[in-house]
Amino acid sequence: MKRLSRYRRHKAVGPFLLIFALLAIGTTFSVASAVTSTDTKVVDRSALIEEGRQIFLKGCSSCHGLNAEGGQIAPSLIGVGAASVDFQVGTGRMPMADMSTQAMRKAPLYDAAETAALAAYVASLAPGPEIPNESSLNYERDGNTAEGGELFRNNCAMCHNFAGQGGALTQGKYAPTLMGVDPKHIYEAMITGPQSMPVFSDKTITPAEKISIIKWIKAAEKEPNLGGASLGRVGPVTEGLLGWVLGLGILIGVAVWLAMKAR
Amino acid sequence: MSNEIEAIKDPGLPAHVHRKADTDPAAANRAERQVATMFGISAFGTVLLIVSYVFVPQDKFIFIPVMGNQNAHQLGLGLGMAISLFFIGMGAIHWAKTLMPDTEVVAHRHEFRSPDSDRKEFVEAVKSGAGAAGLGRRSLIKKSLGAALGLSALSPLLLLRDLGPLPKKELETTTWKSGTYLVTDPGNRRIKASDLEVGAVAQVLPEIEDPEHRKLSDIGKDAVLLIRLRPQEFNLEADKLAMTHDGIIAFSKICSHMGCAVALYEQQTKHLLCPCHQSTFDVTRAAKVIFGPAARPLPQLDITIDGEGYLVARKPFSEPVGPSFWERNSQ
Amino acid sequence: MTAEARLGSVANYVDERTGAAAWMKKNLQKVFPDHWSFLLGEVALYSFVILLLSGTFLTFWFDPSQREVIYDGSYEPLEGLKMSAAYASTLHISFEVRGGLLMRQIHHWAALIFMSAIVAHLLRVFFTGAFRKPREGNWIIGIGLLTLGIVEGFLGYSLPDDLLSGTGIRIAEAIIQALPVVGSYLAYFAFGGAFPGEAFIPRIYTVHVLLLPGAFLALITAHLMLVWYQKHTQYPGPGRTEKNVVGYPLMPTYMAKAGGFFFIVFGVTAFLAAVASINPIWLYGPYTPGQISAGSQPDWYMGWLDGLVRMAPPLETHAFGHTISWNILIPGLIVPGILFTGMALYPFIESWITGDKREHHLLDRPRNAPNRTALGAMSLTFMLVALINGGNDIIATHFSLTINQIMWFTRFGIFILPPIAFVVTKRLCLSLQRADRDLVLHGRETGTLLRLPHGEFVEVHEPISPEKAYLLTAHEQAPALELPAVDGRGVKRAGALRNKLRSRMSVANAESVAKVSADDLKEIEHH
Repeated sequence: MKRLSRYRRHKAVGPFLLIFALLAIGTTFSVASAVTSTDTKVVDRSALIEEGRQIFLKGCSSCHGLNAEGGQIAPSLIGVGAASVDFQVGTGRMPMADMSTQAMRKAPLYDAAETAALAAYVASLAPGPEIPNESSLNYERDGNTAEGGELFRNNCAMCHNFAGQGGALTQGKYAPTLMGVDPKHIYEAMITGPQSMPVFSDKTITPAEKISIIKWIKAAEKEPNLGGASLGRVGPVTEGLLGWVLGLGILIGVAVWLAMKAR
Repeated sequence: MSNEIEAIKDPGLPAHVHRKADTDPAAANRAERQVATMFGISAFGTVLLIVSYVFVPQDKFIFIPVMGNQNAHQLGLGLGMAISLFFIGMGAIHWAKTLMPDTEVVAHRHEFRSPDSDRKEFVEAVKSGAGAAGLGRRSLIKKSLGAALGLSALSPLLLLRDLGPLPKKELETTTWKSGTYLVTDPGNRRIKASDLEVGAVAQVLPEIEDPEHRKLSDIGKDAVLLIRLRPQEFNLEADKLAMTHDGIIAFSKICSHMGCAVALYEQQTKHLLCPCHQSTFDVTRAAKVIFGPAARPLPQLDITIDGEGYLVARKPFSEPVGPSFWERNSQ
Repeated sequence: MTAEARLGSVANYVDERTGAAAWMKKNLQKVFPDHWSFLLGEVALYSFVILLLSGTFLTFWFDPSQREVIYDGSYEPLEGLKMSAAYASTLHISFEVRGGLLMRQIHHWAALIFMSAIVAHLLRVFFTGAFRKPREGNWIIGIGLLTLGIVEGFLGYSLPDDLLSGTGIRIAEAIIQALPVVGSYLAYFAFGGAFPGEAFIPRIYTVHVLLLPGAFLALITAHLMLVWYQKHTQYPGPGRTEKNVVGYPLMPTYMAKAGGFFFIVFGVTAFLAAVASINPIWLYGPYTPGQISAGSQPDWYMGWLDGLVRMAPPLETHAFGHTISWNILIPGLIVPGILFTGMALYPFIESWITGDKREHHLLDRPRNAPNRTALGAMSLTFMLVALINGGNDIIATHFSLTINQIMWFTRFGIFILPPIAFVVTKRLCLSLQRADRDLVLHGRETGTLLRLPHGEFVEVHEPISPEKAYLLTAHEQAPALELPAVDGRGVKRAGALRNKLRSRMSVANAESVAKVSADDLKEIEHH
């Protein structure tokens, strides 16, 4: 102790103690909360539904009503199923921040456990589309890329563009880009038809066909641009712009240099 | 320009300013080395092109900052070619600018108008030639020549007749008949009404004998969009309502404006948007046009279900599908 | 033998058979004025050569047939799918032929640069008045080249039969079909039956690689021969008159610069083809009329047409069992027809307004022809508004706007913005003329302040050089035409209404700030 107290008034003591305190609190908290999250795995379903109801009352009922019956500004959630909740909350669209045009993908507010609880609660209100399980989403094994592409161009490209880059709808709404979307969420969007997107029934596009579509989307996402920089994969608009600005621009630059008198 | 106002005089061509390379041999040699360097860079570019073509495999990708993963073979070929060509040009232009003569030269413009004597002789030549041919006097020749040439122009037009068949009634008919089953596109599976949830759409084609060999020309008239709403959401006249089945409504997918596929369905607003020219159709009002240049609603297909619940067309389309044409009776 | 002697014997060989020395000696010394804005036409010319070379390469592998094949090439996402041979062969060029994708991209980028250069060149010729006598014919040839270029480009990118270009062909077919009386027949003849049929791609291939390139070669040759024979125009300045050409001789300077510039254009095109992907048809998929992509547009030089069609009001006449689609005919044929005819006839319209029938070889500085410059700005504004609407869905998603907003903005804007552009540009030109006048009269403001003995502060002005003073006053300011409505005896003249219109336009055209004369300069010398 005497050795340590010698450094009591050392100028490094302040910052050192601060960092030590922060690390201690942070580590203690992470360990403690890690302990609690493993606990939820063993909790039974009714507790999950109740937890979901609590989260719902706090974060969703102000728009969707105390019993999820909907209201002026938000639709009823009775019958939308766990898949809708998993999609909307999992992609961060819900809770909706900007009410003007449509729900935007953003960083999710609720973590996986909370989302699962919310989904369980909404599913308990009435039967609806279920969350697809992991094993059925193995698109690498089960999908056919070429068939998926044909299906995509027939059913999806008119809104989401030929390469899944997104497209305009009326009055400022838009079909978002499909790049970087979790396969589970793509599947859920197809079966629940969020906001402007229609529903794609399992009989008109079978689950196997949906998996092929997901495989094609993932392939398009990973596909490198063969001919150079992609210019957004939106077609002739950006190409024309580059042709004028870079193409003719550089050439006019050289022309000016050409006609200038040398020193 | 009035004669009373005296204009500012033309001071003449400015004095010639010599370039460094004109007077200083060291500068001239430096310019020569610069030109040679540029030609050298071009040669490097050609080597890069050859090496990429012969040695770089077509499936190799490398990471370039800003651009991401790029195909090395393509990039090598393209950059090699670009460098090889660009620097020949730069070298030639730099050579011209620094070493070739840059004294401005003055040349004279001659008047285009020919001297009067030439013009007179020309007129005489034409007149005497034409007179000798008898064009002026022999009107029978003139008239019969005109008739012969005019008629002969008709034959090439006639030879083009077999470019295509006459349209006859083709623009007004599709494959859809009474009792044609609706099948998925792609997949060619029959659809039951119960297969569709509220808010669902399906891309649909008529069932045919040989679905593997469906012609694109048929798809271009037969493509149909199937949409399911709640029956109370419709705002239709009785005759249009009778063409729906339990909230399911079917429209021709071929835009009535210029023929693009109208398949962009907004589930919440119940609007169909055509991405070509942004014509917007209201599904609840039988695809009435609410925005954009389309002048007519999409033709609606009369559908019902058979004994097993499969969706089937009750009648063919009651009007031609797709863009308008002169003979279309659009009333 | 020395190189010189060898060259001499070759020259002798040729001259003994053709008499070439006589006209070569004259033409090797031909003088070409040098200004960067004169190279825009060259960019177009060299792009044409690049198109011929790269296009010929592509024809060695492209199969212009619409017969159905099953894809079995190396691109996995399309494996086993049905497509036309044209599409499949384009995929083969892109993925298997070494240098194939590069050539496809060079060809397409060259086409885009070709069209932009033509437009830039047209603007330069228009704003400097180079189309005046004796060059009216060359102007008309130029408008012809522009029109053919638009068609050739459209046909070119439609050859691969992909989803995007196939949609464009569908729209073209709808325009043909909409023609009154003959529409459905012409459409069936063009497509060999119902759309899309199997005859269209092979037929446009013939037009694209044979008929139109032939027409281009003929028109470009005529265009260049006229420039050669009539001699190029030049900007006004000291030593430059209507009766001379000041510049550099063809050999060696101009040859080296112009020849070098060809390699520059080719190099820049190849550079773009190396680093920027264009027309990735494998992502679009093969064409079928049941599919469409969001954000479908033609290439930019047809984008204004698409924009006009999008903004058209939904007008159709349904009468006596027939239909006339004004919503297609007006934006697709009538308005472009009026525009291009007006453009072609402009030299004659302007000479009618000014009454000027003389030759012009000195160019106008745009500010010195305010009415013409304003008219050009007005037409450009019209085209830009239409072009913006052509890309309204891409603009909407990228700038958080709505397609409906952009449509309404352009529907009104196309009528309101061009006249505003006219007025603003004309006023700008007149301001610039005033600034020129001040510069000549009072010299350049140096920014240095001088305090005079009695306390006043003045800014020191430096007189401009006599060369600059000449440049700023070398232009002509012709008075307006005098076309009295009645003759000497008070009798109303024939064509009075036409003359009244002509006089009014002539007066508007002649509006300008009076340029400085030598007398003006003498006057201010007293100050």
